[in-house]
Amino acid sequence: MAEKTVPAFKDTPEQQQKLREVIDKNKELPGALLPVLHEAQEIYGYLPIEVQQTVADGLGVSLSEVYGVATFYSRFSLTPKGKHRISVCLGTACYVKGADKILAEVEKKLGIKSGECTADGLFSIDSCRCVGACGLAPVMMIDEDVYGKLTPDQVDKIIDKYIAEEGGSN
Amino acid sequence: MTIDELNKIKKEYEELVLVRKLVKEQGEKLAEKTGYRKQVLVCGGTGCTSSGSKKVIAALEKSLKDNGIEDEILVVRTGCFGLCSLGPIMIVYPEGAFYSQATPEGVERIVKEHLVEGNVVTDLLYQETVHSDGSILSLSETPFYKKQLRIALRNCGVIDPENIKEYIAMDGYQALAKALTSMTPDQVIDEVLNSGLRGRGGGGFPTGRKWSFTRASQGDVKYVCCNADEGDPGAFMDRSILEGDPQCIIEAMIIAGYAIGAHHGFVYVRAEYPIAVQRLTIAIEQAREKGFLGKDIFGSGFDFDMEIRLGAGAFVCGEETALMTSIEGNRGEPHPRPPFPAVKGLFGKPTVLNNVETYANIAQIILNGSDWYSSIGTEKSRGTKVFALGGKINNVGLVEIPMGTTLREIVEEIGGGIPNGKKFKAAQTGGPSGGCIPAEHIDTPIDYDSLIAIGSMMGSGGMIILDEDTCMVDIAKFYLEFTVDESCGKCTPCRVGTQRLLQYLDKITKGNGEPDDLEKIDELAQHMQKSSLCALGQTAPNPILSTMKYFKDEYVAHIDEKKCPAGVCKSLIRYEIIPDKCKGCTRCARNCPVGAISGTVKQPHVIDSSKCIKCGICITNCKFDAIITG
Repeated sequence: MAEKTVPAFKDTPEQQQKLREVIDKNKELPGALLPVLHEAQEIYGYLPIEVQQTVADGLGVSLSEVYGVATFYSRFSLTPKGKHRISVCLGTACYVKGADKILAEVEKKLGIKSGECTADGLFSIDSCRCVGACGLAPVMMIDEDVYGKLTPDQVDKIIDKYIAEEGGSN
Repeated sequence: MTIDELNKIKKEYEELVLVRKLVKEQGEKLAEKTGYRKQVLVCGGTGCTSSGSKKVIAALEKSLKDNGIEDEILVVRTGCFGLCSLGPIMIVYPEGAFYSQATPEGVERIVKEHLVEGNVVTDLLYQETVHSDGSILSLSETPFYKKQLRIALRNCGVIDPENIKEYIAMDGYQALAKALTSMTPDQVIDEVLNSGLRGRGGGGFPTGRKWSFTRASQGDVKYVCCNADEGDPGAFMDRSILEGDPQCIIEAMIIAGYAIGAHHGFVYVRAEYPIAVQRLTIAIEQAREKGFLGKDIFGSGFDFDMEIRLGAGAFVCGEETALMTSIEGNRGEPHPRPPFPAVKGLFGKPTVLNNVETYANIAQIILNGSDWYSSIGTEKSRGTKVFALGGKINNVGLVEIPMGTTLREIVEEIGGGIPNGKKFKAAQTGGPSGGCIPAEHIDTPIDYDSLIAIGSMMGSGGMIILDEDTCMVDIAKFYLEFTVDESCGKCTPCRVGTQRLLQYLDKITKGNGEPDDLEKIDELAQHMQKSSLCALGQTAPNPILSTMKYFKDEYVAHIDEKKCPAGVCKSLIRYEIIPDKCKGCTRCARNCPVGAISGTVKQPHVIDSSKCIKCGICITNCKFDAIITG
């Protein structure tokens, strides 16, 4: 099984600049914390403690409040995600049609569990509750692409396609 | 914007949109006047986009150019048509030819043969719409649509959701004009009250009463909120309305604002719905541009504006107090009621909060009157309900039925029955808060009170069909896993209760259930229903209670006989060889990876279940169907 590692936080001056703009733009907005965290995650891909601290300072709230909100909502992630994000739908319609088998197959293929990221940072797996494509159940998403009406034996090929695009690494 | 200007836009675009609503011959005449010989509508909803409708639209536009007819044909990207399993869907008007599962290659043929040469490509049509003599049915005549009545979904799949003028052409903003210029706020509330409209988010509280409570509350600042945080996994009604007809929500929220005396609105929508968010954003901008949002709307002196707030993936935020706490920028935890939002809601101000589908009915009620609306449905459940039909059913998709339609009509006629000749076992409604309707109640009329009477609930509109291969204990466990995940942790009955319930189910599905477990579950469930802070915890035991009520024998089989009748719970599956069918060919024994099968040649073999790892290799290898699971 691949090791789960969290790389040290690094950011660029562009990212810092963008985050500052987001904070300034929303500072006076009632209930600004959620919209700011959404945009911060958009900028960094996740919400490391350093980013949470900047948001807390910028909005004049405590770090514990920011942390409380960031950990409450499943959409916010405190760890980085893979370059390709695999999201297997475990909503009811997909579950009834065997989505658990799809997830197991993805986990087996990549050697990591749902919620983890491969050591090379290429893939992360998450399960989600309904992407709303119930007509195509069972469904998985890789980045923005939706793969529907899946069977476990298709998983291998689909992921191989992404590995091949990355020059056969992994 | 004045009423005259509104009517001018309506007139200008009416014919263009009407071509899509009229029967063939009338549509053809009208099409000549619009400047477009034909119109091609392609679904741009989430379902069809996932099936590749973007590629289809790109291929269509290219092919139209290649054939030099791009100026004669209008391409419209609409919202959801409803039949999501057949996507990408494409309809050509005025014929109403319904092409399903469209591909870029198919599109080239459709352009050449149909749009250029004028011959419908029959073999690419949805076959339910093709007569044996080759003539085609209109969409409304197919079994899927025939029993539906589209009020909330009236514009979905008909108009371009990114063009406010098409909405105006379909009577858009006429209801707002009527309310603001010829009705008092009390008259508006009375109309909604008399219509009998009840909250479509699942609770079923009369909408008009909610509005009148909020109007009666003192305060200069009030808010109108829309709950678009559709959390039930397997439900996508609200998303489809936002994607297909976002203006109707904006119009209804302005009307609600006028009725209760609010000037600002919030739509709380799931961040997981990017297409809905994008269309709603465009719709709000267009409404502002036209003056429906802003100051002095229709010269009435009434001001209203609104904004979108994104949810962040918490099921509990569908609960009204939690939703408002989330908009305020906090952890989305509920708080006790009273005070109700009508008195003290968002930012401590009186607030009206309705669900997307509830709002989708408002403009039609104001425009056509409460008498019209209350004539549809049953005595205590007026109007229609939208369901997201999914699971083991042929026509997966979005349906809107008059209240009182039976489950049988939905499953057998609209849904087209169960695939692979399997038997209907139950329908699950209300998601993690709801229950199941077993086959013996398939003739139950679908309305709020009938569903509660049989231990289920209307819910927000998810309807999952289960067939004989579904294990009801496993389904209950699936929902409990969901509520354990989503319990916010604020109150003990829900936080701990859901975990304990899940532990019982886990134990039972692993074959360790004890005879008095069911009684203990029942007792715990009652405590949770009585003492949880919000609806999430109060209703979390429902999936277990209703499956225990109707499928007790399955629970008993798991506990007493350590068997899963549907063959789903892996720990309980046992592989057995039927002696009469076994020829003693030894093939299974040779292929078993753990040597669990023994026997002599030409004699029936046996499986040692203590060694068996349930891999299933023996079944695939047996040529005589002698191995079964049970």
